[in-house]
Amino acid sequence: MTAPAIGEARRRNQPLRVPIVILVAVLIITAVTICAVLGERIAPDSPFVQRLGVGDTLPSPAHIAGTDLLGRDVLSRVIYGARTALVGPVVVAAGAFAIATLLGLLSGYLGGLVDSVITRWVDFMLALPAPLVAIVVVGVMGGGYWTAVLVLVVLFIAPDTRIVRSAVLEQRPRPYIDAARSLGISKRRILFVHILPNIAPIILAYAVLDFGFALVNLAGLSFLGLGVEPGTPDWGRMLFENRNILFSNPVALLLPAGMIILTAVSMNLIGDWLLERFAK
Amino acid sequence: MTGSSLMVVVMRRIAVAIPLLLVISFGVFALVHIAPGDPVRSLLGARTSDPVTLAAIRARYHLDDPLLVQYGKWLSQVIRGDLGVSIQGNQAVTSIIAGRLGVTAFLSLMSTILVLGLGILLGAVAAFRHGTWLDRLVVAFGVFGVSAPTFVTGIFLLYVFGVMLHWFPIFGPGSGFLDRAWHLTLPAIALAISVMAIVVKITRAAMIEELSRDYVMFARARGLSSRRILFAYVLRNSLIPVITAAGLIVVGIVAGAIYVEVTFSLPGLGALTIDAILKRDIPMIQGTTLLFAAFVVLTNLLVDVIYALIDPRIRFCRVAS
Repeated sequence: MTAPAIGEARRRNQPLRVPIVILVAVLIITAVTICAVLGERIAPDSPFVQRLGVGDTLPSPAHIAGTDLLGRDVLSRVIYGARTALVGPVVVAAGAFAIATLLGLLSGYLGGLVDSVITRWVDFMLALPAPLVAIVVVGVMGGGYWTAVLVLVVLFIAPDTRIVRSAVLEQRPRPYIDAARSLGISKRRILFVHILPNIAPIILAYAVLDFGFALVNLAGLSFLGLGVEPGTPDWGRMLFENRNILFSNPVALLLPAGMIILTAVSMNLIGDWLLERFAK
Repeated sequence: MTGSSLMVVVMRRIAVAIPLLLVISFGVFALVHIAPGDPVRSLLGARTSDPVTLAAIRARYHLDDPLLVQYGKWLSQVIRGDLGVSIQGNQAVTSIIAGRLGVTAFLSLMSTILVLGLGILLGAVAAFRHGTWLDRLVVAFGVFGVSAPTFVTGIFLLYVFGVMLHWFPIFGPGSGFLDRAWHLTLPAIALAISVMAIVVKITRAAMIEELSRDYVMFARARGLSSRRILFAYVLRNSLIPVITAAGLIVVGIVAGAIYVEVTFSLPGLGALTIDAILKRDIPMIQGTTLLFAAFVVLTNLLVDVIYALIDPRIRFCRVAS
């Protein structure tokens, strides 16, 4: 393992070179974030005002992306939709990794009974068909955006715990841990002050990947009619509500669909790159 | 020795699958109690709530018994093939499921063939042409496929090939084998893309590693043709990791089928499940969920056994440990 270490050191000393694709992905995520924060300022129209007499129309100078069945401005709805597209996935990624980090640190460092209980539980959770569980449990509980977020947090904990645990196992045999132990440093301090900063890049990279999966899953549940409340401007919900106007205004479907793909692809590219660059 | 060690592997896998199935069935049973409100009301549906009907429902679902006794009685009914009555049409859940199974089975089979055939081919080609533009194209497709959900690719396919080009029908499951295959082509592709991305990724990675092994260089030095090295040795060895991903593939297909059936308005089990969820038809939800989950667990069991059969390392390793 000495050769990669030298390579690693050399690589770390080089100035950070970010590929164009990653820059574009970061730009896209920035743009979506701006839409989420400054929705009111940017949107050309209210996403809620209905014009039942107008109905669904093709793009025109007045409505750049046209209107939906209830005459609402599609572009404004897509811009406002950035909110539910970002907030939920951030909560899922952060929430799942907060719990998974704790479980993974304990399981990987302490070993013994704690480790075998946590590992068994992770194995069991991973044997469940998670996407199916998400649909059925969220649906039976009556749906709703935050119900969906909560169920996804629970389902994401197990795979995330496995990731943190194996990262901890990789740190454990290293000399600095032995040094810390021989100095009599407490277990808690070793876990949170010494190991945690070393595995933080891995956690960050996988959290970004979690964001992408959570975005797709939340949009999917809203598409099935189980996520956000009816009327909420949300990309998945727009696909559900506008299913029947594919002929009269396809933009009302293709725009939110494109935004889901763009955001998810961007997050996955960034996550993969972080993993490649900092976590290996 | 080989026969008995294989038996040990099979028995061990069954010993894991049975508790898993029991826990899943308990979860499915508990759905009645997870649903907000009184279970009797959930099971009543749109029927009039006279005391006689309410008492009949309490008796039918043993709601006055302790929870575990309820579960035991429910499970014994399920094992005998009685999944209860749908609250919508007062029809047996099993007969409704039987009527919808065909479309879902056809769709899943079609996309599984696409996933394995095209996925392994693309992965192999990318690995063989490692570092070229073709490889990069396949990798890009992989990233896209993993990120783009089934319902989104489905809508794009529907628009381009159904609405713009009129190559494929945009509605209905079709009748007869060829007509059905034609109707289900776009749904099967939409379903296949995201799952295929996983297969492409795994095949490519496994194959790149396999191509760099000493035996490949030795075979080249001995003058064996590239085609023979690729198909007879490298591909065969690279497929083992794909088999381990079978669990992901099955779950991807089953969950994806739900989204695809809703996107393309197909009358299959997935659409039936969503319909039942939106109408709070608990017995129906229990029926389809149990079927999907059992299918996933049993397929995984079967794959594990096949895995032990093809790769001798697995059965000797496990038995030795």
